[in-house]
Amino acid sequence: MGVLITFFWFLVVVAGCLAAGWLFRGIAMRLAPAGAKRELGTAPLTASFGMLMILVYILVAVFAPLIAPFPERAVVGTEYMPWDSVHLLGTDNLGRDMLSRLIFGARNTVGIAFATTVLAFLIGSVFGMLAATVSGWLDQGMSRLVDVLMAIPALIFALLLLTIFGTSILTLILVIAVIDSTRVYRLARSVALNIVVMDYIEAAKLRGEGLWRLITREILPNALAPLVAEFGLRFCFVFLAISALSFLGLGLQPPMADWGSMVKENATLIAFGDITPLLPAGAIALLTVSVNFVVDWQLHRASGLKE
Amino acid sequence: MSHILIMIAKRLAFGVLTLFFVSILIFGATELLPGDFAEEFLGQSATPETVAAIRRQLGLNLPMHIRYGEWLGILPGWTSMNAEGVLTGRCIEAGIATADAPAYCGVLQGDFGNSLSNRRPVAELLGTRLGNTLFLALYAAAIAVPLSLMLGILAALFRNSVFDRVVNASALTSISFPEFFVAYILIFWLAGMGGLFPSMATIRPATDFAEKLYLAFLPALTLTLVVTAHMMRMTRAAIINLLASPYIEMARLKGMSPIRVIVRHALPNALAPIINVIALNLAYLITGVVVVEVVFVYPGLGQLMVDSVAARDMPVVQAVALIFAAAYVLLNLTADVLATLSNPRLVKRG
Repeated sequence: MGVLITFFWFLVVVAGCLAAGWLFRGIAMRLAPAGAKRELGTAPLTASFGMLMILVYILVAVFAPLIAPFPERAVVGTEYMPWDSVHLLGTDNLGRDMLSRLIFGARNTVGIAFATTVLAFLIGSVFGMLAATVSGWLDQGMSRLVDVLMAIPALIFALLLLTIFGTSILTLILVIAVIDSTRVYRLARSVALNIVVMDYIEAAKLRGEGLWRLITREILPNALAPLVAEFGLRFCFVFLAISALSFLGLGLQPPMADWGSMVKENATLIAFGDITPLLPAGAIALLTVSVNFVVDWQLHRASGLKE
Repeated sequence: MSHILIMIAKRLAFGVLTLFFVSILIFGATELLPGDFAEEFLGQSATPETVAAIRRQLGLNLPMHIRYGEWLGILPGWTSMNAEGVLTGRCIEAGIATADAPAYCGVLQGDFGNSLSNRRPVAELLGTRLGNTLFLALYAAAIAVPLSLMLGILAALFRNSVFDRVVNASALTSISFPEFFVAYILIFWLAGMGGLFPSMATIRPATDFAEKLYLAFLPALTLTLVVTAHMMRMTRAAIINLLASPYIEMARLKGMSPIRVIVRHALPNALAPIINVIALNLAYLITGVVVVEVVFVYPGLGQLMVDSVAARDMPVVQAVALIFAAAYVLLNLTADVLATLSNPRLVKRG
C-alpha cells in the first residue's frame, strides 16, 4: 500500500511539473517576439519545464538576499531544529537556517559552476581553434598533451591538483576549468578543422588577416553553434564535479553556503528518516535535469533527428 | 590475421606510452608543491641543517630525472648520500638494499614510499583497500552490465512505446543526479527506518563473502543506477541505428520474430559501440567509486584518497591516482582491442 501511495504522489508531482512547463510555454509564447515564438512552440513539455526551472534558479540566485528570511552565515537557532513556521526547513548542524542557506547556495554553487564553465570554454575553444588554424607541431604538441591529460579520470586528476595547490575557491575554479577545457579543446579543434579548409578562410589569409582576427572574426562565428550546444552539457558536468568535490569536503569551504557540503554536514539526519539533507542534493539534481532537458531539445532540433 | 596483431600491438604500445606520461605527470605533482618539501616534512623542527639533511636523505638534491627513475623503479634507489658520505635512501631504510648492493624499489616493484602523515609504507595502506574497491566495482559491474544490455535491447524492441519513453526519461534523469543524491535516497528508503540493508558498509578483512555481498549491496546498487542509464541509452541507440539497414529489413521480410532479428542479426553488429560504452562506464565507475565510498564509509581506495587529499599526503595521493589512472587506461585499451576483435571485417581482412 505504501508503495502505491508513493507512486501516486510521484505521478502527481510529474503531472504538476509538466503542467507548470505547459503554462510557462504558453506565457512565454505570449511574451516572446515573433521569431522566438515558433521555436518555443516546438519545445516539448520537458524542455519547457527545464527552461522554467532554469529561470527560477537564476532569479533565486540573483535576488538571494531579498528572498532569504535569514542571513547566510548567522546561527539563528539550536542544532537540527525540525521544520516549523519560523524556520520553514529547520536548521542545520550549527543552527543556521536551512532555507536561507539553500537560497544562498543557489548563488554560490551555481555561480561558481557557471564561472568555471565559462573559463573552461574560453581556454578550450581559444586553444582548440588556435591548434586547428596554426596546425603543424603546435597542434601535434597540444593534442598529444590533451590526450595524456584526458587519460586520467577527471575527478582523480582534480583531487591530485587540489592536493598540490590546496583547497580554495580560486584553485577549485582554475583546476576544474583547466581539466574541463581539455574536453572543450577537442570539440573546438574538430569543429574548427572543418572550417579552416574552406575557401573564405584562404581568402582571409591572402587578404593578410592576422591570426587573432582570423580566429575571432572568421572561424568563431561559424563554430559558435556546436560550442553553445556543448555549453549546457559541460555546465552539468562542471556543476556535478564541483558538487562532488564540495561534498567530499574539498570544494567550497565553510561557512559559505553550498549544496554539496550542506548534504555532507547534515547527512546524519537521513538515518533518522528526515529528508532535509536530501533537499540540497535534490536542488543540484533538479537543475542538472532541467539543463539536460533543454539541451536534449536543442540537440534534437539542431540535428533534425526525428527517429 | 597478422595485421590485427600489429594493430593490437600498436594499441598496447600507445597504452604503455600513455601510462608513462601519466606517471611523469603524477610524479611531477610533487615538484609543483608550493614551498619546500623538506621544510613541510619537518614542520616545526626545520632548521637549515635538518632541512639539508632531510633533502639528502630523501634524495631531493638529485636531478629530477634520476629521482623519477628511482620513484618508478627503473633506476636502483640508493643514490642519495648523507653528510658522512654514507648512502641512504628509501630502499636502504626499508631494508631492501644495502650500501653495497643496490636494489630496485619503486612503483613498478609495488613500493610507493612512505605516507607523510603516519610514516607507514603506502603499499601497506593500499593492501586490503585495493581489493575492497575492486570488489565493489566488479559487484556493480556484474549487476549493471547485464541489466543495461537487457533494458537497452527491450527499449529498442519496443521503441516509442510507453515502456521506451519511461525507461528513457528515467535514464536521462538518473544521469543528471549526483552520486551522493542517489546514494542517500537509497539509504533513506532501504536503510533508514525499515533497515533492510546497513547504511554503513564496514567491511573487515575477516568478513566472509556472503556477508560482504550483503554489506556492499547499497553502494553497488548506487553505482549500478549511476552507470546503467548511459550504457542502456547507448545500447538502444546502437541497435536502433542498425535497424534501419537493409539486411534487417530482409530478415524481417523473411518473417523472423522481432526478438530474433535483434538478438541474432542486429546485436552482433552493434557489439563494437556497446563494448566501447561498457568499458567507458566501467572506467567511470572508478571515479564514481570515490564519492560512493565516502557516503557508505566503505574502506576502499577512494576513501583513502579523499582523506589523503585533505591531509595533503602526497605519496598516498600519487599511489592511488596512479592506480586509478592505470585502471582507466587499461580499460580503455581493452575496449579498443575488443571492439576491433568484434568486427569480422577487421579480423578477416588481409
